Amino acid sequence: MSILNIVIISVVKILIAVTVLLLTVSYLVYFERKISAWVQNRIGPNRVGWAGLLQPFADVFKLLLKEDIVPTVSNKVLHSLAPFIALFVAFTTYAVIPIGPEVNLFGQKIELVLADVNIGILYVLALTSLSVYGVTFAGWSSGSKYSLLGGIRSSAQMISYEVSMGFSVAGVLIIAESLRPIAIVQSQYGWMWNAIIQPIGFITFTVSAFAETNRLPFDLPEAEPELVGGYHTEYSSMKFAGFFLAEYANMAIAAAMIVTLYLGGWQFPYIDKFGLGVTLTVIIQIISFLVKTAIVLFFFIWIRWSIPRFRYDQLMNLGWKVMFPLSLINILWVAALVMIFKI
Amino acid sequence: MVEKKRKKDLSLLEKIYIPEIAKGLVLTLKNMFRPKFTMQYPEEKFIPSASYRGRPVLVQEANGVERCVACGLCSRVCPALAIEVQAAETELEKERYPERFEINMLRCIFCGFCEEVCPEEAIVMSKDYELVYTNRQDAIYGKDKLLVPVSQLKDRLEFLRKFK
Repeated sequence: MSILNIVIISVVKILIAVTVLLLTVSYLVYFERKISAWVQNRIGPNRVGWAGLLQPFADVFKLLLKEDIVPTVSNKVLHSLAPFIALFVAFTTYAVIPIGPEVNLFGQKIELVLADVNIGILYVLALTSLSVYGVTFAGWSSGSKYSLLGGIRSSAQMISYEVSMGFSVAGVLIIAESLRPIAIVQSQYGWMWNAIIQPIGFITFTVSAFAETNRLPFDLPEAEPELVGGYHTEYSSMKFAGFFLAEYANMAIAAAMIVTLYLGGWQFPYIDKFGLGVTLTVIIQIISFLVKTAIVLFFFIWIRWSIPRFRYDQLMNLGWKVMFPLSLINILWVAALVMIFKI
Repeated sequence: MVEKKRKKDLSLLEKIYIPEIAKGLVLTLKNMFRPKFTMQYPEEKFIPSASYRGRPVLVQEANGVERCVACGLCSRVCPALAIEVQAAETELEKERYPERFEINMLRCIFCGFCEEVCPEEAIVMSKDYELVYTNRQDAIYGKDKLLVPVSQLKDRLEFLRKFK
């Protein structure tokens, strides 16, 4: 494969991934509003375009036309840097998540992942912990006490939940014996999904993912009733939209991570036994990845509109006294399984 | 000291959270499929009951004459000073009629005192809640806008006879 080929393939992959991610994010906003409406016996947005399908574009366009207000007491550099950190982290994380197996296209072997890094999981963990800087900078540089409280809460929360998140990922790594996302997916052949083998790890990882993405019931950094919007109180126009999109992009990535690590990624149980053609198999596998991600995303939104926010002390109790020990128990459980059954 | 167990204390199963969260999720899932309350406003309009106090209107008899005898009680009782009546004489049996009758809809607070005080059942609250004007002059409703045929106000008049 010549260098030119590699460059062209990578650029095409990046373009496709970014477009898909941006569309996912904008329609997540739409479905968030729709599902919240359904839960509350309302109809939801249905005026812009057919069944309101153009609503997310109208929202973003409106935000573009708004005045960008920068508070006089703010630290101007950090204030404008913060949303970009949030966006950058949210969009780069997606690079290592595989959406399908290796395919043959135009005589080339192409991996359906942007970057097949052998430390992919580590890369995701590193970048998601960077995302706390976006929120903390936003809170601190705004020069408002509510924003500051939101930023502080966010950093405390993210650091606490990163611990249990890391330990629950360790369980997956023991089974896969690799940090490569593709290897992790391949280790979950058939019904050997990690969610079934290690349910405790699945629960702790999902809860930590909720906390990492600042979604309800862990949305203390925003906490509208107490903090008037938290870290993005002082943001308007496109900078606010940046945080808004970053939140939903984080959600999409958390869902994709849950699917990759625990729900078998693009694996469809025993598809190679059905005797389907290669092309059909690959298509079904890609669709199965997308459907799984969509279900997890629906679960994210569904949870948001069902469960009230935790109090701050409850959040810390849950993080350190429940989630942390549980993730340790999960490691022991997986280690014992590997010892006994030599999976 | 005796330790008192409060009713609020959670059992072990409730402390695990997960069964309780599942219960909550089932509840919201059920609600997703229940009929919606939303009314698609411009296409679908809310029809209020007879007890609704919309914009005050003057009752117009079948022969095209208003019931009002311009006694001025409504204008007197109006707490927001929204009503202005100017009386004049007429050859009809009632002898007096309002030459000018104006309600400033920017001032009206829809209290219904005018209707309550009226001795002739000549001013009543209608079901009309769509009050749009683009300038202040338009908000002053004269007789042309206030007169409504009695046939359209039967609901309210019956309601008033029953409960007033």
